[in-house]
Amino acid sequence: MTVVDSPAPVSLQLSGRRARSERIARVLFLVAGLTSVLVSVLILWSLTREAWTFVSQVEAAALWTDGWFPRRGMYDIRTIVLGSFLITGIALLVAIPIGLSAAIYLSEYASPRLRRILKPVLEILAGIPSVVLGFFALTFISPEIVQRFSDADQFNMLAAGIAVGILVIPLVASVSEDAMRSVPNALREASYGLGARKISTTVRIVIPAAVSGLVAALIIAVSRAIGETMVVFVAAGATGGSLFSTNVLGPGQTMTAAIASQAAGTDQVVGEGLTFQSLFFVAMLLFIITLFLNLIADRFVRRVRQTY
Amino acid sequence: MDADLNIETIGGTRVTTTQQDTMGSSPSSPSAVFSVRDLNVYYGRFLAVRNVDVDIIERKITAFIGPSGCGKTTVLRCFNRMNDLIETARVEGDLQYRGIDLYSANVNATEVRRRIGMVFQKPNPFPKSIYDNLAFGPRLNGVKKKNELDDVVESSLKRAALWDEVKDRLKASAMGLSGGQQQRLCIARCIAVEPDVILMDEPCSALDPIATARIEDLMQEIKKDYTIIIVTHNMQQAARVSDQTAFFTTEVNSVSDLRTGVLVEFDATPKIFSNPSDERTEAYVTGRFG
Amino acid sequence: MELSKPSDAARRGAAVVSDITRRERDIAGGVVRVVLMGALVLALLVLVVLIVDVVTGGWSVLSSSLGDLLTGTLGSKPETSGLSQAIRGSFYIAVFVIIVAVPLGVAAAIYLEEYASNGRFARFIDINIRNLAGVPSVVYGILGLTIFVKMLGSITGPDSNGRSVISAGLTLSVLVLPIIIITSAEAIRAVPNGIREAGFGVGATRWEVVRSHVLPYAAPGILTGVVLSVARALGEAAPLILVGATTGFLTTGESYLPSSLQERFTALPIVISTWSGRPGVDWRSSTSAAIVVMLAIVLVANAGAILLRNHYEKKR
Repeated sequence: MTVVDSPAPVSLQLSGRRARSERIARVLFLVAGLTSVLVSVLILWSLTREAWTFVSQVEAAALWTDGWFPRRGMYDIRTIVLGSFLITGIALLVAIPIGLSAAIYLSEYASPRLRRILKPVLEILAGIPSVVLGFFALTFISPEIVQRFSDADQFNMLAAGIAVGILVIPLVASVSEDAMRSVPNALREASYGLGARKISTTVRIVIPAAVSGLVAALIIAVSRAIGETMVVFVAAGATGGSLFSTNVLGPGQTMTAAIASQAAGTDQVVGEGLTFQSLFFVAMLLFIITLFLNLIADRFVRRVRQTY
Repeated sequence: MDADLNIETIGGTRVTTTQQDTMGSSPSSPSAVFSVRDLNVYYGRFLAVRNVDVDIIERKITAFIGPSGCGKTTVLRCFNRMNDLIETARVEGDLQYRGIDLYSANVNATEVRRRIGMVFQKPNPFPKSIYDNLAFGPRLNGVKKKNELDDVVESSLKRAALWDEVKDRLKASAMGLSGGQQQRLCIARCIAVEPDVILMDEPCSALDPIATARIEDLMQEIKKDYTIIIVTHNMQQAARVSDQTAFFTTEVNSVSDLRTGVLVEFDATPKIFSNPSDERTEAYVTGRFG
Repeated sequence: MELSKPSDAARRGAAVVSDITRRERDIAGGVVRVVLMGALVLALLVLVVLIVDVVTGGWSVLSSSLGDLLTGTLGSKPETSGLSQAIRGSFYIAVFVIIVAVPLGVAAAIYLEEYASNGRFARFIDINIRNLAGVPSVVYGILGLTIFVKMLGSITGPDSNGRSVISAGLTLSVLVLPIIIITSAEAIRAVPNGIREAGFGVGATRWEVVRSHVLPYAAPGILTGVVLSVARALGEAAPLILVGATTGFLTTGESYLPSSLQERFTALPIVISTWSGRPGVDWRSSTSAAIVVMLAIVLVANAGAILLRNHYEKKR
């Protein structure tokens, strides 16, 4: 019997150890990816339980009173929703013109070298904690700017709104600049090639082409301004509750600050029956509004990416 | 008329080439739209192209050919001061356009570009309607009346041989056109501002052969009224469409390994392709390098 | 027919010459440029004014008693109040973010970019994370209150009703998790595909490619995201209010021992928020000084991260 020198059998299987570590890695990463879903589920669960208790037990009359005083059983939602809208409106009046102009300048006018210097500074502005801007609103914007031109209270919604606007400027600038920078240079060249000036090119070509991203910037700004807590908490002045008011020169309460004020400084949220639950109800409302805004903004951002 | 008329058929396309004996080198040619002497272009400290001398003849097609990186596009972008948009770019030398120095201080680059249009490598229609693409230039120039704009749009599209294909959907987005149609739209958009010269930067490199043939036909058609300079990496295209040809190549600096573009030869197109005076030109046109 | 045209051409040529040398001043363009730049300068000016305001406001404290401010404990008088407990609280929050959120966030980013197929499931997770990043921070406080304080209170803080450093650290870890995932995913996406293919080409498994090629290449970008997230966590106050941060009932709060993690806590932004509401010039100086301390930490971290990122972006 002759021994044929057959080649060693070829194996196309991964060795046991390597196959195992590959399997383990895959499972671990999948679990990590799923934690983000778990967080969403926990947020929803945390909110709905107590918010449902509030909705099912509160008397309708308590939702339409003179103001937001949960410890006394007055849950006038109008007061804090209006407060949020007023602050957001003021913030947008500050942030949209300044943020958009800054973005246009950075994207279309600034030389690359200047942009490399200016953009990081803008990003540093974005890193300032909101509680600091709250203090700035209370001790600088309110006395040095608002009270100088009006007979506003020390705690007023206008100063808080301006500070929220300052907080949102870098966000508006960065999202809009991204949108305009994603407009291909070929379009600018085509425009210049036809003898258009910089201003015509910017206004007639770049901005229309980037409009989806600019809308996204606007929506994200609204979402962020509505969700901002500490500036209003520190500078708008309503700790326990607030009367219904449309006067931006006086104190006011937003949804976010209403939540924080109930919990601040005390060991337990105390008050009449549903005080604790009302906080969850407001948070639920806030969550739904911002979720809605974020979903729309995301759609607009995606549209920019698809076009170019 | 002392010009020979050559009629030949290439790829099913009828091409008419006009030859002139006295072309290219005479510096003070009366019909020269551009006369370029000793042009150097820098990007920062890097010398991209050096010592370019060419004369661009009125209502002729001039082709710039050469291997990639030889600076032909860089030179082209000097003719309408498009290089101004690149911060580091610097142009030295003499570039006369109808007798005035294009780079002198009293020349306005924006006005230059209204007169010297450009068609780019990749079709770049604006993400607007076909109509608005065409009307963009005239509107910049202050044409506001709708019937005037309608006339410009129609006549430009007709000249670019695109009218029949798009006349029923002028309000549709230009992004929905095919690549070849988009490029003809860009040519029409250029014509709509009634330029004196049209610069074309590899206008067919993103197109299929059929679309390319249509653009080449179009060039022959519109050269009756416009002076055209075309940059192309496609030698056959230069041979088919152009009247005079400039051949560029790169020189490698043995110390720094930086590549600088140089103009090797500038002459009538048939001469460049059949009887070039420089051996580098011959090596390139016969396919031995590049 | 060629000869009939030159006059036309010459006419056009002459018109051109007068056109391109027309010196019409572009006033509108200049004004626009100035206005746009003015907006940017205004935004940056706010930053300068803010910093000058807090530094000058807190100068009396910073120059004379910075040591006392950093080592003292919270009290009812401005001159004897210090930040040691707040610094400790913020320190532990940063530690929690680094230990809990960073590994989880980077792993999730690896899953999204390297493992998940481009199906509906990955898209769902992606949208979910983007929305989480936009949820107001106070809502994360509600999450922390419900889960870490109430539900898990017996673990997170048996003697403090769950209102402990652990609850605070976990809440802020959850808050910055989406930010870490998004920035890490962007860094991983920026890794050229050729690097992966080179790895697969020599027979590496996906995990081996990720570990030895993708992660090292993406490391600077991931690190930038981590630093920005920690800075964000250090500046957050609203969620901590919800999970029971306090400035009045701290028993000890100075010990750095792990056993003290279950005790009541405070943090720098919480102290600043509380002090902002106290009347008088002295409190205002102390608040400004505390802000300078926090800004020094947060802004230096931010600036470092931005410089790091720009440095590596330029290198590629």
